[in-house]
Amino acid sequence: MTAPVRRMPGMLDGLLAVARRDLLLAWKRPGDVLNPLFFFAMVCTLFPLAVGPSAEQLTFSGPGVLWVAALLAMLISLNSLFISDFDDGSLEQLLVSPQPLPLVGLGKTISHWLTSGLPLVLVSPIVAITYRMQGDVVLVLMLTLTLGTISLSLLGSIGAALTVGLHRGTALLSLLILPLSMPVLIIGANTVSLAAGNETYSAGIWALSAYAVGTLSLAPYATAAALRISNE
Amino acid sequence: MWKWFHQLASPPHFYRIVPIFSTLLLLPGLALIAYGVYAGLFLAPMDYQQGDAFRIIYIHVPSAYLSMMAYMIMAVAGGIGLIWRMKLAHAVAASAAPLGAWFTFLALATGSIWGRPMWGTWWEWADPRMMSELILLFFYFGYMALRAAIDDTAKADKAAAVLSLVGVVNVIIVHYSVEWWSSLHQGQTIMAKDGPAMDPAMLYPLLANIFGFTLLFGSLLLRRTRTEVLFRERRTRWVKEMILAPEGQR
Repeated sequence: MTAPVRRMPGMLDGLLAVARRDLLLAWKRPGDVLNPLFFFAMVCTLFPLAVGPSAEQLTFSGPGVLWVAALLAMLISLNSLFISDFDDGSLEQLLVSPQPLPLVGLGKTISHWLTSGLPLVLVSPIVAITYRMQGDVVLVLMLTLTLGTISLSLLGSIGAALTVGLHRGTALLSLLILPLSMPVLIIGANTVSLAAGNETYSAGIWALSAYAVGTLSLAPYATAAALRISNE
Repeated sequence: MWKWFHQLASPPHFYRIVPIFSTLLLLPGLALIAYGVYAGLFLAPMDYQQGDAFRIIYIHVPSAYLSMMAYMIMAVAGGIGLIWRMKLAHAVAASAAPLGAWFTFLALATGSIWGRPMWGTWWEWADPRMMSELILLFFYFGYMALRAAIDDTAKADKAAAVLSLVGVVNVIIVHYSVEWWSSLHQGQTIMAKDGPAMDPAMLYPLLANIFGFTLLFGSLLLRRTRTEVLFRERRTRWVKEMILAPEGQR
């Protein structure tokens, strides 16, 4: 009788398993996914109420408002990235598992992006149209938001890992992450503004892509180091 | 060389020798600043374009330079502490943060006071250097807030070190992205790209102040680190022995 051939779990298996588990958890608790989206829509609603609904005002400040709202919505969702795993102890199990921690953290970050960044990208055209954005500009907005939210998820995972288990975590997380996220905001919002003004905007797209690739390569290591420190 | 290095890293030894080194840095530093301030305010000729207003440069430039220098020291010390587990390095990083934040604030404040007569505004959003400096100040706040939020010192040290290292990479990116951003706005700033060549009578006091401020910073950093070491080691035997020792032998 031959024993069934069992494959040793490979390097990516931990990443995929963690990502699948987190996606499943998000599916069971849709509120966590929807709340940041409602927040995003509400911030975008507040703005015309505060500064006036004239068409030129909206076209002029639309890209900036949408981008700031998206950044804040990402921040809100980041808080829950590691906290429930920390509370029930499964984070420690992930730390002692033989899987490489940067990849495990990356798995969590990927599922975070799929449940927070991607929905924002998909909802943004609706809000953008109410801000009188033209069709091709909306596409640029979606592209910049896609690249930008990837960077924000990855940068945010560092901050979330550093502040996990701290009592005053929420405000502190914003204080840590907002200065880090400024390049994304600057380049993202201004690229959309350039596109809206019929100017060349490709430089911004390249810069955002470079930033996303850079954070994708480096941030998982920082996140892993931060997780180990937070769980000592 | 290594023996000396190890000795330096031992808290009691460091605590004992700091007063000498700190004074060695402080005295020439104060002398240079005294010369720089006097020569800058009274001897240097008036700027043909900016009048006497340019004289704030003698505080502004050294502060701005040290605001970045302190950040680098903080990050490098944090990295050393993280890699070689050197406790003293973490104490240096912890002491550099408030000093750096103060120099950043000084640079922003003097820049703002300078901007009022020169650009006609207290604050110019389109100037990339002001923006980078402001974001640097936020970095310092975040760093100090993270330290303050973690009760366990060893944990706070490591977490802060990771944050400062992530910040180093990002400070550079922030700098370039802000520059790109401000180049989109029409040139509202008068600052020439590589500045007019300076008259030696103006330049020497500035150099004196830059060196003087750096020495002063080094001296203050050593003193702060000394206090930090004393606080961190408060439960150890050498501190108790030192406190209990008669006045002359401390």
